[in-house]
Amino acid sequence: MSQRSIPPLPVEPPQTPPGNSLGSTKLIEESFDSELARRHRYGMIFEWVCWLATWGSVVILGVLIATMAWQAMGWLTPKFLVSMPRRNPADAGILPGIVGTFWLILLTAVLSVPLGVGAAIYLEEYSKPTLLTKFIQLNIANLAGVPSIVYGILGFTAFVRMFGLAKSEYLINLGIGSLQLTLPFGRTVISGALTLALLSLPVVIIASQEALRSVPPSLRHASLALGATKWQTIWHQVLPSALPGMMTGVILAMSRAIGETAPLVAIGAATYITFTPGRLNSVSEAFTRPDKLAQVPFDSFTTIPMQIYGWINEAKPEFQHVAAAAILVLLVILLISNGLAIFIRQHFQKKVRW
Amino acid sequence: MPFLRPRYALVLIALFGTVFGSLSGCGKSVDKTIAVDGSSTVFPISMAVAEEFEGKFPDVKLTVAMSGTGGGFKKFIAEEIDVTGASRPITEKEAAECKAKGIDYVEFQVAIDGLTVVINPANTFAECMTVAELNKIWAADSKISKWSEVREGWPDEPIQLFGADTASGTFDYFTEVINGKAKSSRSDYTANSNDNILVQGVVDSKGALGYFGYAYYAENASKLKAVKISDGKNAVCVEPTPATIESGEYTPLSRPLFIYTTKAKLKRPEVAEFIKFLLSEKGDQLVEEVKYIKVPKSVKETMQQRLADALK
Repeated sequence: MSQRSIPPLPVEPPQTPPGNSLGSTKLIEESFDSELARRHRYGMIFEWVCWLATWGSVVILGVLIATMAWQAMGWLTPKFLVSMPRRNPADAGILPGIVGTFWLILLTAVLSVPLGVGAAIYLEEYSKPTLLTKFIQLNIANLAGVPSIVYGILGFTAFVRMFGLAKSEYLINLGIGSLQLTLPFGRTVISGALTLALLSLPVVIIASQEALRSVPPSLRHASLALGATKWQTIWHQVLPSALPGMMTGVILAMSRAIGETAPLVAIGAATYITFTPGRLNSVSEAFTRPDKLAQVPFDSFTTIPMQIYGWINEAKPEFQHVAAAAILVLLVILLISNGLAIFIRQHFQKKVRW
Repeated sequence: MPFLRPRYALVLIALFGTVFGSLSGCGKSVDKTIAVDGSSTVFPISMAVAEEFEGKFPDVKLTVAMSGTGGGFKKFIAEEIDVTGASRPITEKEAAECKAKGIDYVEFQVAIDGLTVVINPANTFAECMTVAELNKIWAADSKISKWSEVREGWPDEPIQLFGADTASGTFDYFTEVINGKAKSSRSDYTANSNDNILVQGVVDSKGALGYFGYAYYAENASKLKAVKISDGKNAVCVEPTPATIESGEYTPLSRPLFIYTTKAKLKRPEVAEFIKFLLSEKGDQLVEEVKYIKVPKSVKETMQQRLADALK
């Protein structure tokens, strides 16, 4: 290899001469200004895209609500809220759906929140990052994306049928009345709630983990340094700080569960039913008749989305209005529960100061 | 405290499970319930009957679900429901499964449905069609896209097809009668399990042709036109009306609708009463109210006799 084979590097003159002369400064300014205009243009375009993204979805929501309200006009009456479903559209009501949805979601929350939060605390605070916990973590993330109908089929086999293993009926004497309990659970509120709990668990766990992760480690260190035990640290420091974030996750999961239809169709929830779970005939009966209250989880049920599903399939055109009224009721219930949840969250957030 | 370590939790759970599992039963239930499920086509009948039945027997808890004819039979065979509606007779396979499980089922024909072929009211030429022409349009290998290809002299206009989705009993029945083989149909048409979507589709497009149950036509008769059907044997065009469907003149698209229960379930007085009510005069009234067609008198008598025999 001879030295000559390498061509000499071309020596380029500097593009901008050292800036003493007036002309070259102007050149820099000009190129800088044109860059600025372009960057401003990009900025504007981006702002418009974001504006469209926001208002586009708001307009779609507005149109949806407006059409529903238009169709439901005259059909969404107080009577509609307290009547049983009837074959005559004018008499049809949504009471079993409202009550069924209430019990179902209450039970779902009772089942999934302690389990979900517990699992999140274990994974975040106690477990070491072994291969097993990583594998569990991966599976939870995967489960959050499984279509709801799959949970419905699982729930049908596991809770409605219990794999065909159990087959017995119990009549338990409660003193003031009796509780009728069948195994397998059959097409009851508890089957539905267990299924929806499975469905919402991954979301609750992941959101709770995120919330725990957002609590600064210095808080834990300080608490431990002052002699608090791990349990005291988690209970008195970490959990209160993570609570608002956890609640957001729980709210989102429950809102999703309220609107679920597919898994309930899969477990065979009724479309037409003329009694409320436990046959509670009034709110006061929930307090005066504990036997009826105890029967609630083990009774047949329907939900608002199930009733809507039934009505949109009806031949009589008037039922489309009934369905629209039911959709409005569902939207209002979602709005109220989300609003309430945001209020609670804000309330707790105020208490947290680092 | 070592016993509070998490690994002992498993032992605790197992212990709890055993205790709960050994909780023994304390007698049979007394609650009167009837669980109805099955075809969505039979659902309006079951629902109307359930509503009136509860008015007469308020202590009976009735639930009606719709998992489709096939889904209903699955639950029926698993003995999870008492009564199932079907828009076709029980298949040999399902009957064999019943036999294997010792289920002695009883079949009752409760109504007739006339599958109605509909066109847009603006369509003035295709008012009567033959089964052969329908086959030409709906056959699995059909390439027909214009009315002029169906019959000489019809306009050279595009045809839009609307029909039942492939999971429904309506689809099975229509394809079997028109194409000679159940589930054999062209697939490039608008299919939906919600018949109201199909109704809307035919109302909105001028060149539309669709089919669905008679009730959906009857409820929207002002916006649709029913095609008269000629079965090919005698070249008479028959319009689907309650009279022609009941008498059997409207062939071959009339189909019987059934309710199934078992002899064992009929031993329960509430189930027997429910079937009795369904087969009564009042039952017929309700069938007509939800725009289905009641069964002819001779069939009705056979059904009542069948119930009386099963109750013996």
